[in-house]
Amino acid sequence: MAAIYKRELKAYFSNMIGYLFIAFTVLIVGLFFCYNNLGSYGWPYFGAILGSVSFVMMLTIPVLTMRSFSDDRHSKADQLLLTAPVTVAEITLGKYLAMVTVLAIPMVIFCACPLIIGSVGKAYYLTDYVCILAFFLMGSAYIAIGMFISSLTESQIIAAVGTLGALVALYLIEGLTSFLPSTAAASALGFCAVMLLAALCYYGLTRNWMAAAAAAGIGILIIGGLYLWNPEMFAGALPDFLNSLSLDKRYNNFTDNVLDVKSLVYMISVSGVFIFLTVQSVQKRRWS
Amino acid sequence: MIEVKDLVKRYGNHMAVDHLSFTVEKGQIYGFLGPNGAGKSTTMNIMTGYIAATSGQVLINGHDILEEPEEAKKCIGYLPEIPPLYTDMTVSEYLLFAARLKKIPAKEQKAQILQAAEMVKITDVADRLIKNLSKGYKQRVGLAQAVLGMPEILILDEPTVGLDPKQIIEIRELIRELAKNHTVILSSHILSEIQEVCNYILIISGGKLVASDTPERLEQSRKASMRLKALIRADRDQLEGVLKQIPGIRSWTTENGNEAGCLRTDLEISEGEDVRDSLFYALAEAKCPIYELRAEGNTLEDIFLKLTGENAENLNLSEEEFSEKEVAAELPEDSEETEETGNGGNL
Repeated sequence: MAAIYKRELKAYFSNMIGYLFIAFTVLIVGLFFCYNNLGSYGWPYFGAILGSVSFVMMLTIPVLTMRSFSDDRHSKADQLLLTAPVTVAEITLGKYLAMVTVLAIPMVIFCACPLIIGSVGKAYYLTDYVCILAFFLMGSAYIAIGMFISSLTESQIIAAVGTLGALVALYLIEGLTSFLPSTAAASALGFCAVMLLAALCYYGLTRNWMAAAAAAGIGILIIGGLYLWNPEMFAGALPDFLNSLSLDKRYNNFTDNVLDVKSLVYMISVSGVFIFLTVQSVQKRRWS
Repeated sequence: MIEVKDLVKRYGNHMAVDHLSFTVEKGQIYGFLGPNGAGKSTTMNIMTGYIAATSGQVLINGHDILEEPEEAKKCIGYLPEIPPLYTDMTVSEYLLFAARLKKIPAKEQKAQILQAAEMVKITDVADRLIKNLSKGYKQRVGLAQAVLGMPEILILDEPTVGLDPKQIIEIRELIRELAKNHTVILSSHILSEIQEVCNYILIISGGKLVASDTPERLEQSRKASMRLKALIRADRDQLEGVLKQIPGIRSWTTENGNEAGCLRTDLEISEGEDVRDSLFYALAEAKCPIYELRAEGNTLEDIFLKLTGENAENLNLSEEEFSEKEVAAELPEDSEETEETGNGGNL
């Protein structure tokens, strides 16, 4: 794992992507920081600034993650990794940690910002540093998503565009869910649709239609049963559920001066789930 | 030692590897021979754990490649068809990465890398970026990666592709050298190459093992069906009179040769007979000089064509496809000739 980590990290700084990623992130955050915190506004909260520039990550993370697996597969270098005495999990973790390290560099630079604010006025150190940590974890979760998409395709372009699409959808999820009806019946139907979609994905991956149909059937029966038992609990449940997926919304809890442990755990879990899915997707390709 | 048991790899409806079984003993050079698309690379990819088989088992020194992949992969050095290089690294960086990946102890890394680089003669390009190297050098860097750490088993997929004639001979010598304390499996569709270096040949066609034996025994097994081609100065009646008397000649065809008064004769010999001596004396007695006499049908190439051809017929391939295969198998022979002259020039 250490070998892959070192190689990947070095590669990010030999092909400029790492420098570009850091420079662009620092530039945008720096501009917002100067304007809002140091300029005429004189606003003492750095965490809120990070929250307002989280859109930058939607653009930079896909560039960082696009080559992680696609490029290896395209150049056939994955034959070296997969025939070496290392596990797929080690390969995936090595690549993931290298990208997270690149992300950590601007975060370290950001750690100076609250100190700069403190030197000219009152700074809210605890809030700001927790915000930087949350911002970093949010970025790490985005990286895991991008890495997973990269493992699905041989083309870096498709990986980048796919990741951009996924991150934009995640970013806009709150706005999109406001279009959904919030009645109990609609939510119950929506959950059934989600259940079917999950079963279809399962079928696509395993080609086991019996298990997929059984999972979908049982899921829909449970949802139907719960709905008949207590329709109240479904009122607005689907929009609430989808909103809770939004990483960006969860980040805003921290800027409101709340140490939201649940959200921290959620961000780490998203990383974990997508690392797991990446391992599965690499393994699956070897079997098909 | 490698044991391959009943290996099957299916891509949709296409059987890439069809119930393949063989055993590879220690300290030998094995040659995988087969026309393009015979399943050589797929088999090698399965043996090294790059892809998984649909069914069947591969045991490397008793370790199952799927159940104990780390133990099994430690014993293998693999050079795939396209060398798996990170082109944004220098040669020495790449080899250091490969050494770490193979879990060679930190103390030995430097010495091992140097040894591998010297073996394939890439020390002079150690500090160059791989993307700037020529195809032959890239191939050698891939080979260095495979021999790095001196694994017990070396699996080389077409190791001499892209090399110049001098390098091909160097690599062959290197493979012979390595075989002294390693097991080497190499694949090729170039027959002469396999014949040159391998002690044991596995001929694969259509994903099936059609023959496996030493080159000598493979040749002998088919000597039975020998054919003779001769150019004889005689008139047709005289010649037929002589040929009728020689036992062992099953049938013949004659046609006018290029030289005046000569007949080009194609003789089919009964199994297990060698009529060359009696043919010579009989024709000498009849005062019919032999200008040319050539035995055919006992080279490895004929066996290869026959075996892979038989299989192609079994698969009901069309005539064109079959003849394409023949062309594919014959082409390397030409390249071998140019190679030899090339080497002669160098010497």
